[in-house]
Amino acid sequence: MKLSEIRSLLQADVLVGEEALDTTEVEKGYASDLMSDVLAFASPAVLLLTGLTHVQIFRTAQMLDIPSIVFVRGKTPGEDLLQLARGAKMPILATCMSMFEASGRLYGAGLAACNIPRR
Amino acid sequence: MASPYLENFVVDENELFSIGEAAAQIKAILKMLGIPSDVIRRASIVAYEAEMNLVIHGGGGRMELEVRPERVKISALDAGPGIPDIEKAMMEGFSTASEKIREMGFGAGMGLPNIKRNSDSLELLSEVGKGTTLRAEILVKQEREG
Ligand SMILES: Nc1ncnc2c1ncn2[C@@H]1O[C@H](COP(=O)(O)OP(=O)(O)O)[C@@H](O)[C@H]1O
Ligand SMILES: [Mg+2]
Repeated sequence: MKLSEIRSLLQADVLVGEEALDTTEVEKGYASDLMSDVLAFASPAVLLLTGLTHVQIFRTAQMLDIPSIVFVRGKTPGEDLLQLARGAKMPILATCMSMFEASGRLYGAGLAACNIPRR
Repeated sequence: MASPYLENFVVDENELFSIGEAAAQIKAILKMLGIPSDVIRRASIVAYEAEMNLVIHGGGGRMELEVRPERVKISALDAGPGIPDIEKAMMEGFSTASEKIREMGFGAGMGLPNIKRNSDSLELLSEVGKGTTLRAEILVKQEREG
């Protein structure tokens, strides 16, 4: 799914990477405020939805080759994160929707879920 | 790559919001060396989780990267408090992380199991009061052509 479609489904603001929305695609979505779980369960080419906004969120995403982050619940990251994202050309979106609504809309539109291994 | 590629990284304990700088350098080196992308991904996760533990549990330390054509080896060494019960520490959900770390979304006790899942061999040595050494190897399965 293209980020441009995600932007309209979530009525999101684009904080970084407006120009890359049509060329960046994600296959799956993973929504969590627990980065420990993101590191354990997010597959490649996944869109991260989260309500945490500190810089370590960006570093986690970058380590996992996550192409883009959507901040939910009207949370917006600080300039420090945005600057890192600009440098890395990682599009950053922000929506006022809850994590539940944002995930539901994307899932309903066909964005797949990550497979959580049975443990 | 005739001889192994070796690199050392210092990890400062006061760098709460730059955890991952060593791991990012490791990732960049592996890319530069042309290591297959699935190996880079696994090595990146191992390096990041290991660096995280150095900072949030080990009081800082250093990391080592050793790359040979057949495998990537990542080590994290610290002189911190050590781990009293390694078996327990390896269990998913066990964590002694501080409230501050949990508020950041880390410290859910997933790190060591995640390192184990993403590596082909894992060695964790620790002595209480002396420190901890983690060594993880990720094998590069050569893709055969023809
Ligand atoms: N380098 C280390 N020094 C001391 N204790 C450690 C170290 N690495 C891990 N531990 C211990 O093992 C536990 C589990 O580690 P981990 O699975 O990475 O989870 P988390 O980092 O989320 O707590 C930690 O909470 C800590 O008690
Ligand atoms: Mg950890």
